[in-house]
Amino acid sequence: MPQPILEVADLNVTFTTPDGMVHAVRDANFHIDESECLGVVGESGSGKSQLFLATIGLLAANGKASGSVKYRGREILNLSQPRLNKLRGSKITMIFQDPLTSLTPHMTVGAQIIESLRTHSGLPYGVAEKRAMEVLELVRIPEAARRMRQFPHELSGGMRQRVMIAMATACGPDLLIADEPTTALDVTVQAQILEIMRDLKTELKTAIVLVSHDMGVIAGIADRVQVMRNGDIVEAGPIDDIFYRPRHDYTKMLLDAMPRVDNPDRKGHASPAPTAKPEVLLNVDDLKVYFPVRGKGIFSKTKPLRAVDGVSFTLHQGETLGIVGESGCGKSTLARTVLTLLPKTHGTVVWMTRDLSQISESDQRRLRKELQIVFQDPLASLDPRMTIGESIAEPLKTLERDLSRDAIKSRVRDIMNQVGLEPGWINRYPHEFSGGQNQRVGIARAMVVKPKLVICDEAVSALDVSIQAQIIDLIVKLQADSGMSMIFISHDLSVVRQISHRVMVLYLGRVVEFADRETIYKDARHPYTKALISAVPIPDPKAERAKKRVRLSGDLPSPLDSRAQLSFLKSKLIDDFDAEQYRPKLIEVAPGHLVAEHDPV
Amino acid sequence: MSITADRTGELVSRALDVKGRSLWEDARRRLFRNRAAVVSIITLGAIALMAVFGPLFLAYSYDYIDYSVVSCAPDWWPDPSVLCNAGGSHWFGTDSVGRDLLVRTLYGARVSLAVGLIATLVSLIIGVAYGATAGYLGGRIDELMMRFVDVLYSIPYIFLVIILMVIFNRNFFLLFVAIGAVEWLTMSRIVRGQTLSIKQKEFIEAARASGVNGFGIITRHIVPNVFGPVIVYVTLTVPASILAESFLSFLGLGIQEPLTSWGVLISEGANQMETAPWMLIFPALFMAITLFCFNFIGDGLRDALDPKDR
Repeated sequence: MPQPILEVADLNVTFTTPDGMVHAVRDANFHIDESECLGVVGESGSGKSQLFLATIGLLAANGKASGSVKYRGREILNLSQPRLNKLRGSKITMIFQDPLTSLTPHMTVGAQIIESLRTHSGLPYGVAEKRAMEVLELVRIPEAARRMRQFPHELSGGMRQRVMIAMATACGPDLLIADEPTTALDVTVQAQILEIMRDLKTELKTAIVLVSHDMGVIAGIADRVQVMRNGDIVEAGPIDDIFYRPRHDYTKMLLDAMPRVDNPDRKGHASPAPTAKPEVLLNVDDLKVYFPVRGKGIFSKTKPLRAVDGVSFTLHQGETLGIVGESGCGKSTLARTVLTLLPKTHGTVVWMTRDLSQISESDQRRLRKELQIVFQDPLASLDPRMTIGESIAEPLKTLERDLSRDAIKSRVRDIMNQVGLEPGWINRYPHEFSGGQNQRVGIARAMVVKPKLVICDEAVSALDVSIQAQIIDLIVKLQADSGMSMIFISHDLSVVRQISHRVMVLYLGRVVEFADRETIYKDARHPYTKALISAVPIPDPKAERAKKRVRLSGDLPSPLDSRAQLSFLKSKLIDDFDAEQYRPKLIEVAPGHLVAEHDPV
Repeated sequence: MSITADRTGELVSRALDVKGRSLWEDARRRLFRNRAAVVSIITLGAIALMAVFGPLFLAYSYDYIDYSVVSCAPDWWPDPSVLCNAGGSHWFGTDSVGRDLLVRTLYGARVSLAVGLIATLVSLIIGVAYGATAGYLGGRIDELMMRFVDVLYSIPYIFLVIILMVIFNRNFFLLFVAIGAVEWLTMSRIVRGQTLSIKQKEFIEAARASGVNGFGIITRHIVPNVFGPVIVYVTLTVPASILAESFLSFLGLGIQEPLTSWGVLISEGANQMETAPWMLIFPALFMAITLFCFNFIGDGLRDALDPKDR
């Protein structure tokens, strides 16, 4: 049997904090073989990142590691930094979640790769430069020569992560540790990055450790998986065993909690109640929201950034409309404009029978009683200086002024009960709660005034999968109880599909496809929808391996580029950055199924 | 899956107490763990108590002139070459007209601390109101309001004070106005900057979505949240005001005789530094300790309120 590259035995990681000792990793034992991929799954706080930081000696100053880490039979745990540096960056390399903070902002991308190469292998400059170009091409960066001279901020998130991978592979490492490498990226870009890593594994025979919270990401690439929880490795084994024959309850729970894009109705999880109420609550017609963006230079004209560019839809009572799209597609702007938190540029938003743009500001404020929003970041959306009770009571205080203090208090306690918060916590502060609990507070705040429409703007995106599943169940339950309508916005098609009756796919401010939850997956017509569906990782290794991938090349183009919206209708394109372009029309291919015009695939 | 299965949920429900731990309480706990800050608070408290109550127990009043002990050293003074010895009851010696230096130092403390606190309070009120409004409204109004601050910044304040003194005569009240008028500028800039960053936070948008109007957002959400950095700046403004006052007094523009302040005392002491060093040393020592204390408290508060970016 060949010697493993890395052998970890009884590794313990502890941190000394002002609040006492924290045991981040407990008795970790595992090994990594030549050219295999080990997937490490766990939720936030499970110690999965600290485990590998400790392995390569990058723990924070208050952290301590004990046990044994052997690299090719040599003990490397707590080795002196200079000796570790020889190993790190050449034989063992690491990629982090945020590629912008991991790259030095004042050096060009090329210079950084060359520097790393020269430090570790002592190559002469010219050779290093050539090698840098090679690795950039290896990670499929188009126009590598030009990119070499660019600075990190000039590249998109996906490009930067590719540069990081290029840098990490430049010296031909034995082991590449990727810590949540795709978490900050859009799904379509994530799919590209994962493909690159898959190729690296087969082409360069590099062993890869992929740390992720997402079972789907792991499913497509790992050979073996270990599941971590609260610092313990609770289960480890070959990928098929973990996914199809999980033994530990936590693994089962994690797998069960993952929403799946290929199957929106899952056992044990709430699906939206069927609705047939024909009453139209909200009617949005040809809504456009432009932001003026000033170009470079003093005399440059301002250009409109078309955040939302002609979106129309109706929403019925008790219905959930899902809005999916990648970052920058205008989904949040759309939500805020419907709520009149942002001014619109063109179009109408009719709520019940009233045009929201025609009413006065004080009426608008009164209207907030009927229209509420749940935000993405549960902690950031709560005032840290207010108790959760005060936060929940705030809309009551401003919107139902005639309520007495006792009435407010009892309403707050009622709603806390409904969203699964102990009413006794009314005087606690947000920082004393977990993300999931804070999101319950956010939901309670939105629901306390009994609104008719709640917009969930990425309401579950910042949460761990198991918590995410709970919050989704809660939202569905609340909707069934109150009969409210919902607009559910997310970048994650599988979540949207699980919760919505109808799904709208946005691309750069325009609707590309609009259909009910079954049709959008089974009969997707638009190439962008297809790419989006194929990019969503499925927590099922066999399905992942068998999946035929529809890839988009490159990144999401800039919304300032007028050509961008015609990415799927090149035949009508006028090749000019500023030109007034043709707008693809929506065509009804089947009743209730709208698809934007596109070139035949 | 049951709703209460949140990991922390279990922990929290186990220790079910209704009272929450606010960020202020957290900060206070951290502050009291900072030894330098605690020592400073105690020292400062002692100085303040001495300034307020000390003169009541002393044998001399601050303006009692005794020509028999002009510029005399305290009797424990180690240097025997001094001209005269003030005797047992003048613990800090006497000044150039025979007044007791201890009681004058304590009186100076009263004035200096009062100037520091009142001028800071003035600058706090104007600065927070002005800065929070500018920051919250943003855009052109913010631009205008801040350019006005820039204009005021560009006026050399010593000239301003001298002109004020010439027009309105020397006057205790004017001193507060003059110092406050300078200090609020920085305060408003700090508050504006903080407001701008807090305005971007999601909870402000959440408040707007809950129908809270502009005034409510400023008073309920923005001001409590800028208070952390502001309170730190306050502890640094107090010593700055004290210094400003002593600087003005040093130039002869501040407090008038027979009333005194540390600045006046230091100015007088500096003139006789060679013959009667105690006249400089004691007030200077008090002032230095006070300034140190304020700075240590400010430092401690900063760490306590903002533990993440130490």
